[in-house]
Amino acid sequence: MSAVFRHEMASYFSGLSAFVFGTFVLLFGGIYTMAYNIVGGFANFEFVMNAISFIFIIIVPIITMRVLAEEKRQKTDQLLYSLPISMTDVVLGKFFAMLIVFAIPVAILCIYPLVLSRFGNVSFITSYSAVLGFFLLGASLLAIGMFISALTESQAVAAGICFVVMLLNYFIADISDYIPTTPVASFIAFTVVIIIIALIFRFMTKNNYASLILGAVLEVILLVVYVLKSELFEGLFANVIGRLSLFERFYSFIDGVFDLTGIVYFISVIALFLFLSVQAMEKRRWSE
Amino acid sequence: MIEVSHLTKRYGNNLAVSDLTFTIEKGQIYGFLGPNGAGKSTTMNIMTGCLAATSGYVKIDGYDIFEQPLEAKKRIGYLPELPPLYMDRTPREYLTFVARAKGIAKSAIASQIAHVMEVTQITDVADRLCKFLSKGYRQRVGIAQAILGDPEIIILDEPTVGLDPRQIIEIRNLIRKLGEEHTVLLSSHILSEVQAVCDTILIISKGKLIACDSAENLEKRFSEASHIDLTAEANEEETRSILASVEGLPQITLSSTDEGQTKASFDVSSDVCDEICRNIFKAFAASGKVLLQLAPKTASLEEIFIELTSGKTNQETAAEEIEATGEDAAETVQEEINDKKEGEE
Repeated sequence: MSAVFRHEMASYFSGLSAFVFGTFVLLFGGIYTMAYNIVGGFANFEFVMNAISFIFIIIVPIITMRVLAEEKRQKTDQLLYSLPISMTDVVLGKFFAMLIVFAIPVAILCIYPLVLSRFGNVSFITSYSAVLGFFLLGASLLAIGMFISALTESQAVAAGICFVVMLLNYFIADISDYIPTTPVASFIAFTVVIIIIALIFRFMTKNNYASLILGAVLEVILLVVYVLKSELFEGLFANVIGRLSLFERFYSFIDGVFDLTGIVYFISVIALFLFLSVQAMEKRRWSE
Repeated sequence: MIEVSHLTKRYGNNLAVSDLTFTIEKGQIYGFLGPNGAGKSTTMNIMTGCLAATSGYVKIDGYDIFEQPLEAKKRIGYLPELPPLYMDRTPREYLTFVARAKGIAKSAIASQIAHVMEVTQITDVADRLCKFLSKGYRQRVGIAQAILGDPEIIILDEPTVGLDPRQIIEIRNLIRKLGEEHTVLLSSHILSEVQAVCDTILIISKGKLIACDSAENLEKRFSEASHIDLTAEANEEETRSILASVEGLPQITLSSTDEGQTKASFDVSSDVCDEICRNIFKAFAASGKVLLQLAPKTASLEEIFIELTSGKTNQETAAEEIEATGEDAAETVQEEINDKKEGEE
């Protein structure tokens, strides 16, 4: 793992990518610190973290798009497969390198509350809990971006899909407030989700029958539950997607709640998507 | 050393490798020979763990490449069809990464890299970015990567593709040198290359192994019949009667030309070929007729290769095709066969 990690670090820092990434985070961090804390006079650094969380929509696709897709396009994945290292080593090495690139500007942001405390009463606990939440949110989104990059060999496609996923993730909590809460609406929404799942399954396995059967089975289960206990569906879809949103979890850190379940949630998401990335890389050998 | 057993790889309905079984012994150079699309790269990718087989197994030194991949891969150095370089790295940085990934001791990394760079003659470009290197240099960096860490087995997929003739000779010499201490398996669709460096030739066609032997043995085995062409300054009748006096001749086809010459061609068994030629010469000398041409011919490895890979049973068919198409015939015929194969796929 350390070989891949050091190789990736060298790639990030020999080029501009790590510096552009850091500059981006710090630029927006600086702008909002100036606006809220210095000009606005608020002593709450968590407002800044809340405000700049939108930058993930842009920076996550940019930094994750090449991470695995490029290996396949350049055929360098054949080197990784033939070297005596496991795919877990490769994925973890790449992920931790990205994490360091991300952690450096976040570490610099950590100085700001200290500076601000010279001029007023800053609550360090809420400030740093917000920074921790910001970091965990970023790490989870990077893991998701990495998985998307593992699915395709085109950087542009990876970036595009990743951008849409980030955008949905960002806005979905707000959108969920407007989703109709009737059982029928939930049922229809889940049916659409099932169709999407079946299509993704079809894309990954290239097997028409299996994906049809999968879709049909899920739909039947959904239908049975709906017929037997339709009151369950009251507002269910809005609830589910609201809970799935990573940003929603982050907001509880902003509110000054040191949310242990939130930390567990983020770490589970990271673990899940790293695991899926490893599986996607392993799968390439079977279907090439 | 390497044991490949009943290896099969299926892409959808297309059978890329079918039931391939062979073993590779220590300390020899093996050549994997076959037309484009015969399944060479697929086999090599499976052998090095880059690709999963549909069925069958590959064991490196007793370690299954899928069950115990780390142990197996430690013993292999692999150069894929396209050298897998990181374009924004220099060869030195690249090799450092590979050395670390191969688990070479920290203290030995610098000296090992210096050694392989010297062997492959890339020391001059060691600090240039890979994207600025020519195809030949990239290939050599790829080879340097494969031999780094002194693996027991070195697998090279078409190592000389894209190199100029001088570089090809250098690489061949390098492979020969590697073969003294390592087991080398290289693939090629060019026969002369395999013939020049390999101890044993594995011929593969349409995913099947069709021959595995040394070059001499292959020639011996497949050149049981020799072909004799002769031209005499005599009419058909006279030629026939002269030849009739020679013993051991088979059915002969004769054709006369306008200048009063007669051409004859026939096949005889290889071991009596010299004797028969001698007798034909004596017979013509005795009759006072002039023998303008007497050309015995045994099948070359090239013809054997074409015959084997084109699936023809008649040795002459390939030989005639070659004659018919002139000097670069061998290649042309081979290309035709390749095209046909690719078309089928």
